[in-house]
Amino acid sequence: MSAEVVEVVQVEKKSEPLLSKKNKKLISNPLDIDNPITVQVLGVCSALAVTSQIKPAFFMAAGLTFVTIFSNLFISMLRDTIPSRIRIIVQLAIVSVWVIMVDQLLKAYVYDISKQLSVFVGLIITNCIVMGRLEAYAMGNKPFPSLLDGLGNGLGYGMILLILAFFRELLGSGTLFKGWAFEWKVFESMGLHYQGNGLMLLPAGACILLGVIIWVQRSINGYRETH
Amino acid sequence: MRQSNGYIVFYSAMLTIVCGGLLAFASQALKPRQDANIEFERKSNILSTVMTLEEGADITKLYESRIRELVIDVNGNRVDKKAADVNVGVEYKKLPEERMLPVYEFISATDSSKVENAVILVFGFGLWNTIAGFVALESDFNTIKGVSYSHVGETPGLGARIATSEIQERYKGKQIFQAATLVSVVMQKGEGIDYSNNPHKVDGMSGATLTAKGVNNMLKEYFGCYQKYLEKNKGINQQANL
Repeated sequence: MSAEVVEVVQVEKKSEPLLSKKNKKLISNPLDIDNPITVQVLGVCSALAVTSQIKPAFFMAAGLTFVTIFSNLFISMLRDTIPSRIRIIVQLAIVSVWVIMVDQLLKAYVYDISKQLSVFVGLIITNCIVMGRLEAYAMGNKPFPSLLDGLGNGLGYGMILLILAFFRELLGSGTLFKGWAFEWKVFESMGLHYQGNGLMLLPAGACILLGVIIWVQRSINGYRETH
Repeated sequence: MRQSNGYIVFYSAMLTIVCGGLLAFASQALKPRQDANIEFERKSNILSTVMTLEEGADITKLYESRIRELVIDVNGNRVDKKAADVNVGVEYKKLPEERMLPVYEFISATDSSKVENAVILVFGFGLWNTIAGFVALESDFNTIKGVSYSHVGETPGLGARIATSEIQERYKGKQIFQAATLVSVVMQKGEGIDYSNNPHKVDGMSGATLTAKGVNNMLKEYFGCYQKYLEKNKGINQQANL
Protein backbone atom coordinates (compact mmCIF):
# COMPACT_ATOMS: atom_id res chain seq x y z
CA MET A 1 0.00 0.00 0.00
CA SER A 2 1.70 3.16 -1.15
CA ALA A 3 -0.69 5.56 0.48
CA GLU A 4 1.47 8.09 2.21
CA VAL A 5 0.13 9.97 5.19
CA VAL A 6 -1.00 13.30 3.86
CA GLU A 7 -0.68 15.47 6.90
CA VAL A 8 -2.37 18.72 6.13
CA VAL A 9 -0.96 21.13 8.63
CA GLN A 10 -3.85 23.24 9.67
CA VAL A 11 -2.22 26.53 10.47
CA GLU A 12 -5.02 28.63 11.80
CA LYS A 13 -5.78 31.01 9.02
CA LYS A 14 -8.59 33.45 9.45
CA SER A 15 -10.92 31.42 7.27
CA GLU A 16 -9.98 29.06 4.51
CA PRO A 17 -12.32 29.15 1.51
CA LEU A 18 -14.39 25.97 1.27
CA LEU A 19 -12.87 24.99 -2.03
CA SER A 20 -9.33 26.25 -1.66
CA LYS A 21 -6.62 25.08 -4.00
CA LYS A 22 -5.54 22.48 -1.48
CA ASN A 23 -9.07 21.18 -1.08
CA LYS A 24 -9.62 21.01 -4.81
CA LYS A 25 -6.50 18.90 -5.06
CA LEU A 26 -8.10 16.44 -2.64
CA ILE A 27 -10.70 15.74 -5.28
CA SER A 28 -8.61 16.04 -8.43
CA ASN A 29 -5.56 14.05 -7.32
CA PRO A 30 -7.38 10.74 -6.87
CA LEU A 31 -8.84 11.15 -10.33
CA ASP A 32 -5.42 11.06 -11.94
CA ILE A 33 -1.98 11.05 -10.33
CA ASP A 34 -3.13 9.39 -7.11
CA ASN A 35 -5.91 7.18 -8.48
CA PRO A 36 -6.85 4.45 -6.00
CA ILE A 37 -7.08 1.73 -8.65
CA THR A 38 -4.51 2.55 -11.29
CA VAL A 39 -1.83 4.11 -9.08
CA GLN A 40 -2.37 2.82 -5.56
CA VAL A 41 -3.69 -0.48 -6.96
CA LEU A 42 -6.40 -0.82 -4.31
CA GLY A 43 -9.90 -2.19 -4.82
CA VAL A 44 -8.98 -4.10 -7.96
CA CYS A 45 -11.01 -7.17 -7.02
CA SER A 46 -14.40 -5.50 -7.29
CA ALA A 47 -13.25 -3.45 -10.28
CA LEU A 48 -12.82 -6.68 -12.21
CA ALA A 49 -15.95 -8.32 -10.91
CA VAL A 50 -18.78 -5.82 -11.34
CA THR A 51 -17.81 -4.06 -14.55
CA SER A 52 -19.30 -6.27 -17.25
CA GLN A 53 -22.08 -3.70 -17.68
CA ILE A 54 -22.34 0.00 -16.96
CA LYS A 55 -25.40 -0.21 -14.73
CA PRO A 56 -23.98 -2.38 -11.92
CA ALA A 57 -20.66 -0.54 -12.18
CA PHE A 58 -22.45 2.74 -11.68
CA PHE A 59 -24.28 1.56 -8.57
CA MET A 60 -21.13 -0.02 -7.16
CA ALA A 61 -19.24 3.25 -7.69
CA ALA A 62 -22.04 5.23 -6.08
CA GLY A 63 -22.15 2.81 -3.15
CA LEU A 64 -18.43 2.97 -2.55
CA THR A 65 -18.34 6.75 -2.86
CA PHE A 66 -21.13 6.98 -0.30
CA VAL A 67 -19.18 4.72 2.05
CA THR A 68 -15.82 6.51 1.67
CA ILE A 69 -17.40 9.93 2.15
CA PHE A 70 -19.28 9.08 5.30
CA SER A 71 -16.66 6.83 6.86
CA ASN A 72 -14.01 9.48 6.29
CA LEU A 73 -16.27 12.16 7.72
CA PHE A 74 -17.23 10.24 10.83
CA ILE A 75 -13.78 8.87 11.56
CA SER A 76 -12.36 12.34 11.17
CA MET A 77 -14.93 13.77 13.57
CA LEU A 78 -14.15 11.06 16.11
CA ARG A 79 -10.39 10.99 15.50
CA ASP A 80 -9.48 12.70 18.77
CA THR A 81 -11.61 10.36 20.85
CA ILE A 82 -10.66 7.03 19.28
CA PRO A 83 -8.33 5.04 21.56
CA SER A 84 -5.36 4.21 19.35
CA ARG A 85 -5.18 0.63 20.63
CA ILE A 86 -8.57 -0.23 19.11
CA ARG A 87 -8.62 2.23 16.23
CA ILE A 88 -8.74 -0.38 13.47
CA ILE A 89 -11.77 -2.10 14.93
CA VAL A 90 -13.48 1.26 15.43
CA GLN A 91 -12.83 2.12 11.80
CA LEU A 92 -14.13 -1.25 10.76
CA ALA A 93 -17.32 -0.82 12.78
CA ILE A 94 -18.05 2.56 11.23
CA VAL A 95 -17.28 1.35 7.72
CA SER A 96 -19.52 -1.66 8.14
CA VAL A 97 -22.43 0.45 9.35
CA TRP A 98 -22.33 2.43 6.12
CA VAL A 99 -21.80 -0.64 3.98
CA ILE A 100 -24.80 -2.42 5.47
CA MET A 101 -26.77 0.78 5.03
CA VAL A 102 -25.90 0.82 1.31
CA ASP A 103 -26.77 -2.86 0.99
CA GLN A 104 -30.16 -2.38 2.66
CA LEU A 105 -30.94 0.65 0.52
CA LEU A 106 -30.07 -1.20 -2.68
CA LYS A 107 -32.23 -4.14 -1.60
CA ALA A 108 -35.13 -1.80 -0.95
CA TYR A 109 -34.90 0.47 -3.98
CA VAL A 110 -33.01 -1.32 -6.78
CA TYR A 111 -33.53 -4.99 -6.03
CA ASP A 112 -32.31 -6.38 -9.35
CA ILE A 113 -29.06 -4.44 -9.04
CA SER A 114 -28.53 -5.64 -5.50
CA LYS A 115 -28.83 -9.21 -6.77
CA GLN A 116 -26.27 -8.55 -9.48
CA LEU A 117 -23.81 -6.92 -7.10
CA SER A 118 -24.49 -9.69 -4.57
CA VAL A 119 -21.47 -10.19 -2.36
CA PHE A 120 -19.50 -7.26 -3.69
CA VAL A 121 -21.49 -4.68 -1.75
CA GLY A 122 -20.77 -6.53 1.48
CA LEU A 123 -17.14 -6.74 0.45
CA ILE A 124 -16.84 -2.94 0.31
CA ILE A 125 -15.97 -3.42 3.99
CA THR A 126 -12.76 -5.11 2.99
CA ASN A 127 -12.14 -2.80 0.05
CA CYS A 128 -8.68 -1.44 0.72
CA ILE A 129 -9.60 2.01 -0.55
CA VAL A 130 -11.94 2.64 2.37
CA MET A 131 -9.62 1.51 5.16
CA GLY A 132 -6.63 2.98 3.34
CA ARG A 133 -8.16 6.45 3.27
CA LEU A 134 -9.21 6.23 6.90
CA GLU A 135 -5.74 5.31 8.07
CA ALA A 136 -3.87 7.57 5.70
CA TYR A 137 -6.05 10.62 5.79
CA ALA A 138 -9.11 10.81 8.01
CA MET A 139 -7.28 9.88 11.22
CA GLY A 140 -5.09 12.97 10.89
CA ASN A 141 -7.23 15.61 9.26
CA LYS A 142 -10.26 17.77 9.86
CA PRO A 143 -13.75 16.58 8.85
CA PHE A 144 -14.28 18.72 5.78
CA PRO A 145 -11.00 17.91 4.00
CA SER A 146 -11.60 14.26 4.96
CA LEU A 147 -15.02 14.35 3.37
CA LEU A 148 -13.49 15.76 0.19
CA ASP A 149 -10.77 13.13 0.28
CA GLY A 150 -13.43 10.43 0.54
CA LEU A 151 -15.39 11.97 -2.31
CA GLY A 152 -12.28 12.25 -4.46
CA ASN A 153 -11.24 8.68 -3.91
CA GLY A 154 -14.75 7.39 -4.47
CA LEU A 155 -14.91 9.31 -7.73
CA GLY A 156 -11.47 8.10 -8.75
CA TYR A 157 -12.56 4.53 -8.18
CA GLY A 158 -15.89 5.11 -9.91
CA MET A 159 -14.23 6.71 -12.91
CA ILE A 160 -12.06 3.67 -13.57
CA LEU A 161 -15.05 1.38 -13.00
CA LEU A 162 -17.12 3.24 -15.55
CA ILE A 163 -14.31 3.33 -18.13
CA LEU A 164 -13.83 -0.41 -17.72
CA ALA A 165 -17.58 -1.07 -17.88
CA PHE A 166 -17.96 1.13 -20.96
CA PHE A 167 -15.46 -0.86 -22.98
CA ARG A 168 -16.47 -4.23 -21.58
CA GLU A 169 -20.15 -3.72 -22.32
CA LEU A 170 -19.48 -2.21 -25.75
CA LEU A 171 -17.09 -4.94 -26.86
CA GLY A 172 -18.62 -7.78 -24.89
CA SER A 173 -22.32 -7.37 -25.62
CA GLY A 174 -22.42 -4.61 -28.23
CA THR A 175 -24.70 -2.47 -26.07
CA LEU A 176 -24.37 0.52 -23.77
CA PHE A 177 -26.41 1.35 -20.65
CA LYS A 178 -28.18 -1.99 -20.74
CA GLY A 179 -31.01 -2.20 -18.22
CA TRP A 180 -31.81 1.48 -18.38
CA ALA A 181 -34.54 3.15 -20.40
CA PHE A 182 -31.97 4.74 -22.68
CA GLU A 183 -30.28 1.45 -23.52
CA TRP A 184 -28.38 1.80 -26.78
CA LYS A 185 -27.68 -1.20 -29.00
CA VAL A 186 -24.68 0.45 -30.60
CA PHE A 187 -23.98 -1.87 -33.49
CA GLU A 188 -27.59 -2.78 -34.26
CA SER A 189 -28.53 0.87 -34.54
CA MET A 190 -25.78 1.27 -37.12
CA GLY A 191 -27.18 -1.69 -39.00
CA LEU A 192 -24.19 -3.90 -38.27
CA HIS A 193 -24.16 -7.39 -36.89
CA TYR A 194 -21.88 -7.71 -33.90
CA GLN A 195 -20.73 -10.97 -32.36
CA GLY A 196 -20.01 -10.19 -28.69
CA ASN A 197 -16.48 -10.80 -27.50
CA GLY A 198 -16.88 -13.33 -24.68
CA LEU A 199 -13.49 -12.53 -23.18
CA MET A 200 -14.66 -9.03 -22.35
CA LEU A 201 -17.48 -10.44 -20.24
CA LEU A 202 -15.07 -12.44 -18.11
CA PRO A 203 -12.97 -10.94 -15.30
CA ALA A 204 -9.86 -11.86 -17.28
CA GLY A 205 -10.88 -9.43 -20.01
CA ALA A 206 -11.28 -6.72 -17.39
CA CYS A 207 -7.80 -7.44 -16.10
CA ILE A 208 -6.31 -6.94 -19.56
CA LEU A 209 -8.30 -3.73 -20.07
CA LEU A 210 -7.23 -2.41 -16.68
CA GLY A 211 -3.62 -3.05 -17.67
CA VAL A 212 -4.16 -1.04 -20.84
CA ILE A 213 -5.69 1.83 -18.86
CA ILE A 214 -2.73 1.89 -16.48
CA TRP A 215 -0.36 1.85 -19.45
CA VAL A 216 -2.12 4.77 -21.15
CA GLN A 217 -2.27 6.75 -17.92
CA ARG A 218 1.41 6.19 -17.16
CA SER A 219 2.58 7.17 -20.59
CA ILE A 220 0.53 10.36 -20.47
CA ASN A 221 1.89 11.24 -17.02
CA GLY A 222 5.43 10.22 -17.93
CA TYR A 223 5.61 7.76 -15.04
CA ARG A 224 8.96 6.13 -14.35
CA GLU A 225 9.59 3.30 -11.93
CA THR A 226 11.94 4.48 -9.18
CA HIS A 227 14.18 2.12 -7.31
CA MET B 1 -6.86 8.83 29.91
CA ARG B 2 -7.56 7.84 26.33
CA GLN B 3 -5.43 4.75 26.73
CA SER B 4 -6.98 3.44 29.94
CA ASN B 5 -8.78 0.12 29.81
CA GLY B 6 -11.91 1.64 31.28
CA TYR B 7 -12.09 4.21 28.50
CA ILE B 8 -11.59 1.57 25.83
CA VAL B 9 -14.34 -0.62 27.22
CA PHE B 10 -16.69 2.34 27.55
CA TYR B 11 -15.84 3.53 24.05
CA SER B 12 -16.43 0.19 22.38
CA ALA B 13 -19.68 -0.32 24.29
CA MET B 14 -21.00 3.05 23.17
CA LEU B 15 -19.89 2.44 19.60
CA THR B 16 -21.68 -0.91 19.56
CA ILE B 17 -24.89 0.57 20.91
CA VAL B 18 -24.94 3.47 18.48
CA CYS B 19 -24.03 1.40 15.42
CA GLY B 20 -26.37 -1.41 16.37
CA GLY B 21 -29.23 1.02 16.96
CA LEU B 22 -28.68 2.70 13.61
CA LEU B 23 -28.67 -0.60 11.75
CA ALA B 24 -31.71 -1.92 13.56
CA PHE B 25 -33.59 1.24 12.67
CA ALA B 26 -32.57 1.06 9.01
CA SER B 27 -33.49 -2.59 8.78
CA GLN B 28 -36.94 -2.04 10.28
CA ALA B 29 -37.65 1.05 8.20
CA LEU B 30 -36.71 -0.61 4.90
CA LYS B 31 -38.21 -4.03 5.59
CA PRO B 32 -41.64 -3.47 3.99
CA ARG B 33 -40.05 -2.35 0.73
CA GLN B 34 -37.59 -5.24 0.71
CA ASP B 35 -40.32 -7.77 1.39
CA ALA B 36 -42.38 -6.31 -1.42
CA ASN B 37 -39.41 -6.76 -3.76
CA ILE B 38 -38.96 -10.39 -2.74
CA GLU B 39 -42.68 -11.05 -3.18
CA PHE B 40 -42.61 -9.41 -6.60
CA GLU B 41 -39.70 -11.59 -7.64
CA ARG B 42 -41.47 -14.74 -6.46
CA LYS B 43 -44.53 -13.84 -8.48
CA SER B 44 -42.56 -13.12 -11.61
CA ASN B 45 -40.62 -16.36 -11.17
CA ILE B 46 -43.85 -18.35 -11.00
CA LEU B 47 -45.35 -16.55 -13.97
CA SER B 48 -42.17 -16.88 -16.01
CA THR B 49 -42.48 -20.67 -15.94
CA VAL B 50 -45.82 -20.59 -17.77
CA MET B 51 -45.59 -17.53 -19.98
CA THR B 52 -43.14 -15.11 -21.52
CA LEU B 53 -43.17 -11.99 -19.43
CA GLU B 54 -42.87 -8.80 -21.39
CA GLU B 55 -40.88 -5.91 -20.05
CA GLY B 56 -43.05 -3.70 -17.87
CA ALA B 57 -45.93 -6.18 -17.60
CA ASP B 58 -48.10 -5.70 -14.53
CA ILE B 59 -46.91 -8.77 -12.64
CA THR B 60 -49.05 -8.25 -9.56
CA LYS B 61 -52.26 -7.89 -11.53
CA LEU B 62 -51.41 -10.78 -13.81
CA TYR B 63 -50.58 -12.96 -10.83
CA GLU B 64 -53.82 -12.14 -9.06
CA SER B 65 -55.99 -12.84 -12.08
CA ARG B 66 -54.27 -15.94 -13.43
CA ILE B 67 -52.71 -17.80 -10.50
CA ARG B 68 -54.74 -19.68 -7.91
CA GLU B 69 -52.75 -20.77 -4.89
CA LEU B 70 -53.56 -23.90 -2.95
CA VAL B 71 -51.81 -26.18 -0.49
CA ILE B 72 -51.91 -29.95 -0.61
CA ASP B 73 -50.52 -32.75 1.50
CA VAL B 74 -48.49 -35.65 0.21
CA ASN B 75 -51.66 -37.62 -0.62
CA GLY B 76 -52.76 -34.90 -2.97
CA ASN B 77 -55.60 -33.71 -0.75
CA ARG B 78 -56.26 -30.04 -0.29
CA VAL B 79 -55.28 -28.63 3.06
CA ASP B 80 -56.94 -25.56 4.51
CA LYS B 81 -53.87 -23.37 4.54
CA LYS B 82 -52.56 -20.43 2.61
CA ALA B 83 -49.66 -20.97 0.21
CA ALA B 84 -48.07 -17.78 1.50
CA ASP B 85 -47.89 -19.30 4.99
CA VAL B 86 -45.92 -22.33 3.83
CA ASN B 87 -42.24 -21.83 4.53
CA VAL B 88 -40.45 -24.20 2.22
CA GLY B 89 -37.26 -24.26 4.30
CA VAL B 90 -39.23 -25.38 7.36
CA GLU B 91 -41.20 -27.95 5.37
CA TYR B 92 -37.99 -29.35 3.92
CA LYS B 93 -36.81 -30.37 7.39
CA LYS B 94 -39.93 -32.48 7.95
CA LEU B 95 -40.30 -36.01 6.65
CA PRO B 96 -41.43 -36.01 3.00
CA GLU B 97 -44.83 -37.49 3.92
CA GLU B 98 -45.56 -34.70 6.42
CA ARG B 99 -44.75 -31.78 4.17
CA MET B 100 -47.24 -29.12 3.15
CA LEU B 101 -46.91 -28.57 -0.58
CA PRO B 102 -48.02 -25.41 -2.35
CA VAL B 103 -49.45 -25.60 -5.85
CA TYR B 104 -49.91 -22.59 -8.08
CA GLU B 105 -52.58 -23.22 -10.68
CA PHE B 106 -52.39 -21.15 -13.83
CA ILE B 107 -56.01 -20.68 -14.80
CA SER B 108 -57.39 -19.80 -18.18
CA ALA B 109 -58.00 -16.13 -18.86
CA THR B 110 -61.56 -16.75 -19.98
CA ASP B 111 -62.73 -19.68 -17.86
CA SER B 112 -61.54 -19.56 -14.26
CA SER B 113 -62.46 -23.19 -13.63
CA LYS B 114 -60.07 -24.41 -16.31
CA VAL B 115 -56.54 -25.06 -15.08
CA GLU B 116 -54.06 -24.65 -17.92
CA ASN B 117 -50.92 -25.44 -15.99
CA ALA B 118 -49.92 -26.40 -12.48
CA VAL B 119 -46.76 -24.93 -11.02
CA ILE B 120 -45.12 -26.81 -8.18
CA LEU B 121 -42.43 -25.71 -5.79
CA VAL B 122 -39.14 -27.59 -5.45
CA PHE B 123 -36.39 -27.08 -2.89
CA GLY B 124 -33.05 -28.63 -2.08
CA PHE B 125 -29.33 -28.17 -1.72
CA GLY B 126 -26.85 -27.26 -4.41
CA LEU B 127 -23.14 -27.29 -3.87
CA TRP B 128 -22.80 -24.43 -1.36
CA ASN B 129 -26.25 -23.49 -0.20
CA THR B 130 -29.96 -23.97 -0.78
CA ILE B 131 -31.50 -23.95 -4.23
CA ALA B 132 -35.17 -23.66 -5.05
CA GLY B 133 -37.37 -23.52 -8.07
CA PHE B 134 -40.76 -23.61 -9.67
CA VAL B 135 -41.70 -26.28 -12.20
CA ALA B 136 -44.70 -25.70 -14.44
CA LEU B 137 -46.43 -28.73 -15.92
CA GLU B 138 -48.66 -28.95 -18.96
CA SER B 139 -52.28 -30.00 -18.49
CA ASP B 140 -51.21 -33.66 -18.83
CA PHE B 141 -49.39 -33.22 -15.48
CA ASN B 142 -46.40 -34.94 -17.01
CA THR B 143 -44.70 -32.70 -19.55
CA ILE B 144 -42.65 -29.79 -18.21
CA LYS B 145 -43.79 -26.46 -19.58
CA GLY B 146 -41.04 -24.42 -17.99
CA VAL B 147 -38.83 -24.16 -14.94
CA SER B 148 -37.36 -21.33 -12.93
CA TYR B 149 -34.50 -22.00 -10.55
CA SER B 150 -32.96 -19.71 -8.01
CA HIS B 151 -29.98 -20.21 -5.77
CA VAL B 152 -28.31 -18.56 -2.83
CA GLY B 153 -24.63 -19.18 -3.27
CA GLU B 154 -23.74 -21.36 -6.23
CA THR B 155 -20.45 -20.53 -7.95
CA PRO B 156 -20.85 -17.64 -10.40
CA GLY B 157 -20.35 -18.79 -13.98
CA LEU B 158 -20.60 -22.48 -13.06
CA GLY B 159 -23.40 -23.66 -10.76
CA ALA B 160 -25.04 -20.26 -10.75
CA ARG B 161 -25.97 -20.91 -14.38
CA ILE B 162 -29.04 -22.81 -13.16
CA ALA B 163 -30.64 -19.38 -12.72
CA THR B 164 -30.13 -18.50 -16.39
CA SER B 165 -32.69 -19.06 -19.12
CA GLU B 166 -30.04 -20.91 -21.14
CA ILE B 167 -30.13 -23.82 -18.69
CA GLN B 168 -33.83 -23.55 -17.85
CA GLU B 169 -34.80 -23.79 -21.52
CA ARG B 170 -33.32 -27.28 -21.60
CA TYR B 171 -36.07 -28.60 -19.33
CA LYS B 172 -38.91 -27.56 -21.61
CA GLY B 173 -40.86 -30.47 -23.04
CA LYS B 174 -39.22 -33.08 -20.82
CA GLN B 175 -41.44 -35.62 -19.09
CA ILE B 176 -41.39 -36.79 -15.51
CA PHE B 177 -43.41 -40.00 -15.88
CA GLN B 178 -42.59 -42.93 -18.10
CA ALA B 179 -45.94 -44.68 -18.56
CA ALA B 180 -47.04 -44.90 -14.92
CA THR B 181 -43.65 -44.81 -13.21
CA LEU B 182 -42.04 -41.65 -11.93
CA VAL B 183 -38.55 -41.31 -13.38
CA SER B 184 -38.01 -37.54 -12.99
CA VAL B 185 -35.72 -35.53 -15.24
CA VAL B 186 -32.01 -35.94 -14.78
CA MET B 187 -29.31 -33.51 -15.76
CA GLN B 188 -26.37 -35.40 -17.20
CA LYS B 189 -22.66 -35.00 -16.67
CA GLY B 190 -20.82 -33.20 -19.43
CA GLU B 191 -22.09 -30.51 -21.73
CA GLY B 192 -22.94 -30.17 -25.40
CA ILE B 193 -24.73 -33.46 -25.94
CA ASP B 194 -28.08 -33.53 -27.66
CA TYR B 195 -30.74 -35.19 -25.53
CA SER B 196 -33.69 -33.90 -27.52
CA ASN B 197 -34.93 -37.44 -28.24
CA ASN B 198 -34.79 -38.51 -24.59
CA PRO B 199 -37.65 -37.08 -22.50
CA HIS B 200 -35.96 -37.73 -19.15
CA LYS B 201 -32.44 -36.39 -19.71
CA VAL B 202 -31.13 -32.87 -20.09
CA ASP B 203 -27.72 -31.64 -21.12
CA GLY B 204 -25.38 -30.94 -18.19
CA MET B 205 -23.39 -27.94 -17.07
CA SER B 206 -19.68 -28.21 -17.61
CA GLY B 207 -17.82 -27.64 -14.34
CA ALA B 208 -20.94 -27.77 -12.21
CA THR B 209 -21.64 -31.45 -11.80
CA LEU B 210 -22.30 -31.13 -8.09
CA THR B 211 -24.84 -28.37 -8.53
CA ALA B 212 -26.50 -30.48 -11.23
CA LYS B 213 -26.61 -33.37 -8.77
CA GLY B 214 -28.34 -31.09 -6.28
CA VAL B 215 -30.88 -30.09 -8.91
CA ASN B 216 -31.50 -33.73 -9.81
CA ASN B 217 -32.03 -34.71 -6.17
CA MET B 218 -34.30 -31.75 -5.64
CA LEU B 219 -36.49 -32.61 -8.61
CA LYS B 220 -36.65 -36.29 -7.81
CA GLU B 221 -37.53 -35.70 -4.17
CA TYR B 222 -40.23 -33.14 -4.83
CA PHE B 223 -41.77 -34.94 -7.79
CA GLY B 224 -42.04 -37.82 -5.32
CA CYS B 225 -43.83 -35.60 -2.81
CA TYR B 226 -46.25 -34.34 -5.45
CA GLN B 227 -46.63 -37.76 -7.10
CA LYS B 228 -50.10 -38.57 -5.73
CA TYR B 229 -51.39 -35.14 -6.69
CA LEU B 230 -49.95 -35.41 -10.18
CA GLU B 231 -51.29 -38.93 -10.72
CA LYS B 232 -54.74 -37.90 -9.56
CA ASN B 233 -54.93 -35.01 -11.96
CA LYS B 234 -53.35 -37.00 -14.72
CA GLY B 235 -56.17 -39.52 -14.39
CA ILE B 236 -58.86 -36.85 -14.41
CA ASN B 237 -57.48 -35.15 -17.44
CA GLN B 238 -57.06 -38.36 -19.37
CA GLN B 239 -60.69 -39.22 -18.74
CA ALA B 240 -61.71 -35.75 -19.80
CA ASN B 241 -59.79 -36.15 -23.01
CA LEU B 242 -61.44 -39.45 -23.91
